[in-house]
Amino acid sequence: MELLVASAIGAMTAGGVYLLLRLRTFPVILGLALLSYAVNVFIFSSGRLAIDMSPILSKYGDASYTDPLPQALVLTAIVISFGMTAVLVMVSLGAFLEADTDSIDIDPSETDKDATK
Amino acid sequence: MNTTSNVLILIALLPFIGALVPGLMIRAGRNACASFTAVPTAIALVLLLTFAPAVMDGQVIQAEVNWLPQLGLSASFFLDGLGLLFGCMILGVGLLITLYARFYLSGEDPVGQFYTYLLLFQGAMLGIVLSDNILLLLVFWELTSLSSFLLIGYWKHLPEGRQGARMALTVTGAGGLAMIGGMLILGNIAGSYNLTDILQAGDAIRASEWYLPALILILLGAFTKSAQFPFHFWLPHAMAAPTPVSAYLHSATMVKAGVFLMARMWPVLSGTDAWFYIVATIGLITMVLGALIALFKDDLKALLAFSTVSHLGLLTMLLGFGTEAAAVAAVFHIINHLTFKAALFMTAGIIDHETHTRDIKRLGGLRHLMPITFFIGTVAALSMAGIPLFNGFLSKEMMLEEASHTYWAGSAYAVPVLATIGALLSVAYSFRFISHVFFGPVRDDYPSKPHDPPFGLWASPALLVILVILIGVMPFLAEGFVTAAASAVTGADLHPHLKIWHGVTPALFMSIIAVAGGAALLAMYAPLDRAWINAPRPEAKAIFDRLIAAIVGVAQRITSATHNGSISRYLAIFTTASVVLGAIAFMGAGLSAPTRGMLPVPAVIAVGWVMLVVATISVVTMHHHRFRALVLIGIIGLTISAGFVYMSAPDLALTQISVETVTIMLLLLALHFLPKETPKESPFGLKIRDGIIALAAGAGVGGLAFAFMQRDISTISSYHVENSYEGGGGTNVVNVILVDFRGYDTYGEIIVLGIAGLLIYALMHALLEGPAARRLRNADYSQDRSKDRHPLMMVVVTRVLMPIALVVGLYIFLRGHNQPGGGFVAGLVVAIALLMQYMASGFAWTQDRQRIEYHTLIGFGVIIAGVTGAGAWVFGVPFLTSSYTYVHLPPIEEFELATAMLFDLGVFLTVLGAVMLMLYSLSRIARFAGSTVNVDPMDYDPGSHAEDTPEAR
Repeated sequence: MELLVASAIGAMTAGGVYLLLRLRTFPVILGLALLSYAVNVFIFSSGRLAIDMSPILSKYGDASYTDPLPQALVLTAIVISFGMTAVLVMVSLGAFLEADTDSIDIDPSETDKDATK
Repeated sequence: MNTTSNVLILIALLPFIGALVPGLMIRAGRNACASFTAVPTAIALVLLLTFAPAVMDGQVIQAEVNWLPQLGLSASFFLDGLGLLFGCMILGVGLLITLYARFYLSGEDPVGQFYTYLLLFQGAMLGIVLSDNILLLLVFWELTSLSSFLLIGYWKHLPEGRQGARMALTVTGAGGLAMIGGMLILGNIAGSYNLTDILQAGDAIRASEWYLPALILILLGAFTKSAQFPFHFWLPHAMAAPTPVSAYLHSATMVKAGVFLMARMWPVLSGTDAWFYIVATIGLITMVLGALIALFKDDLKALLAFSTVSHLGLLTMLLGFGTEAAAVAAVFHIINHLTFKAALFMTAGIIDHETHTRDIKRLGGLRHLMPITFFIGTVAALSMAGIPLFNGFLSKEMMLEEASHTYWAGSAYAVPVLATIGALLSVAYSFRFISHVFFGPVRDDYPSKPHDPPFGLWASPALLVILVILIGVMPFLAEGFVTAAASAVTGADLHPHLKIWHGVTPALFMSIIAVAGGAALLAMYAPLDRAWINAPRPEAKAIFDRLIAAIVGVAQRITSATHNGSISRYLAIFTTASVVLGAIAFMGAGLSAPTRGMLPVPAVIAVGWVMLVVATISVVTMHHHRFRALVLIGIIGLTISAGFVYMSAPDLALTQISVETVTIMLLLLALHFLPKETPKESPFGLKIRDGIIALAAGAGVGGLAFAFMQRDISTISSYHVENSYEGGGGTNVVNVILVDFRGYDTYGEIIVLGIAGLLIYALMHALLEGPAARRLRNADYSQDRSKDRHPLMMVVVTRVLMPIALVVGLYIFLRGHNQPGGGFVAGLVVAIALLMQYMASGFAWTQDRQRIEYHTLIGFGVIIAGVTGAGAWVFGVPFLTSSYTYVHLPPIEEFELATAMLFDLGVFLTVLGAVMLMLYSLSRIARFAGSTVNVDPMDYDPGSHAEDTPEAR
């Protein structure tokens, strides 16, 4: 089980990083989404894996529970990463509509022009 | 000996409080601004003087407020003789300058701003002299640099003003940076950042191997501030400031800050060879050089500026001597220099104001035209020359006396001879000031007809001149101040006797030589001046400008070499660096044996894993088809949610599913405007490189996670589990952590989310007003448009679903504290229900029925959460402490009413508002891009079928 989770994290990280290094905005956003999945699961897994041990206190006697803290952190991380993705989408949309290209790199020949202005 | 009084803090704060007023009253006129500047200054001065008897008695007044005790930083103040002397100077001259500036500045200048800057500066300066903590002192020190920058550049329209301000800021600011280093070393050696402790640790500091670096760094700060050679060049350029500023900053206060610091640190740093040779030598050079240049300056203010440089050199030299008598002379000369130099600057200002020129070569003969100014200027200049019966004479005699028996590197003559030359030059330029400005024939080509100014303008210098004469004739009047200050400087109990006649001493002969020589020098002024003009000499400003240009050039070369505008390159470097650093850290320590066994893998989980990995690989290989990639991302997200369910994280699963839904909606909306395909433009080599980086990162993170999951560590989590019910009143530990244990984090996060929503809204608005709007209008999106945009089935189903969804949201919200759910999830569920209305029934139809703005929701959410947290204060407990009670409402299971629930309500509202605002903003763009608007819940596209349906509008 641990091996599967770790390898999934690794796969998502690799995919995320690869997409992050592409030259257009949309793949970069997808890459960030993949990377945030990977990071969320990674933080979640730092509480160690547990099955049928939800951190909901039982009324009926003693039970063991999984680590609730990483879950709380990941919960807010999921929501925040949505917010950041949304901002990024809006910025890239704006950039595309203003500049008519969704390339993330600045063309060096154009910056030289700006500098000499 | 020590008395505590919080009035001291009030004194230090008064100028800053006062600084708010004139800036706000900018339209009330000069009189109002000046009055409101004078009031806080006068109060502070009176309060300070109430301490004077105690301080002169040898007491030290202290006050302390803890600020950051962990860093050794506290807002502590103390007042001893030296502080009293400087405090009185700063506030007293401040009052005079306030009056003078009222009449000097014209009605067209922004007077309110001027007085605000002036009070800011005054507060900073007062802070320096009252600080007991050297870190606090540094804060005030930098503040004087900044506020003097504002004052020097006050006439923003003058390029000299701006350049002079920049130069002053660069030089004094750089010195201040050096001084921070020196002070930190000093604090480290002494083990405390409190001046009172450091002053006790003199022996330890002088014995430390770090003494010399600390000394040099601190002196760099002091020398740049006090315009000592070779940093003297900024002071004359700062003369572009209005004259009241020059009189205040550049004669009385700011340039004395360096001298003050050397005096303050005197018991700790002085008494070594390094101190003597650095400080006394630099002071001596500055004194002679400044006097020499001053003699040949034609601009009145430049002459006075270099004369100030020279006198600051004199003070530095005296402190450098390191003897108690020299310290007494220095303290006395600080007072005397203040009185005559401020009066002279104001005189120069009056002459400039009345004749419209400061060029000595265009002046002369003013004694009959401006008799009052003539009297004031002459008395002050005679004092500067060191003529008996004026106060300048007394301290200059004491200086010469000290110089006469100081040996420099074994030579008995070097210091006395140079000191006499300095005095001689000083006499020469003082006499020149008198004779070339006031004496000589009356001219008929003044730029403006000169006459004496109104009383308000000459009152301040007149008062100073009265002091010059009083101290000059009756020096014992100043004895109290000098005794207290000199004792504070030296740390010894001194009882100096200030008197006019010291008998026939070497100093007397040196004085006579100086006066006679100075007069002789002036007699030969014309040929000397021609020779000076023809002589080659380095121009400090040109050197400074070249130096700055060179530094800027280097910075630009480095920047342009490393930042070429390619973000993917930065990201590649960043990722590689992280992976390499992580690998190095990982290699550095061994890995202990695993302590946990692995859990078994049921078949369904294995299938999920295969789905996830295949989807991830497919996203990467198929990312050129953007829609397909988006669908695959959705699969990954849902698989992860399922994984959370299986692995005991029901809250996460709920959140992940709902966030996944809104994320995909958002990306779909955005993709509507973006190209649907990503061009294949990466060269093969780049793909290989990125592939290697990605695989390395993936292997690293995956391996780390694997290693991590197999080992146990002790965590703080058990605390949360144990206290969740008793402390937080909930059985869902995750939710209790969110709204209670770590409520502060959550509070910050909902604020961030709210800001993100508002940011998107603002971006949308900016976009719709720029060139993007035109492009959107002209683009043709009709190909993407569905023929049946609002299908009947969907409208009906979402309409029915709406109340159900709201109830589900309420249910999830209420049970959140005890069962999976809570404000985050409830907010997302309700947001999705609303979004479905937008999708099914159309933007305009839904918008018509929206009663509350989403901004308002965000605002209320944050406010409710904040007020709930602050409510805890009412009960005397820390922010966000919750309390609770249980309620049993039949059909629903028992639930608990806690203040945490109110907090969760804030979370709910903020999440709802932010998510809706984000998607609403994107929809606005869609609407702008020519989507037609419907008013009915269902419609046909009027573009295609309008003629077929008679009832369609």
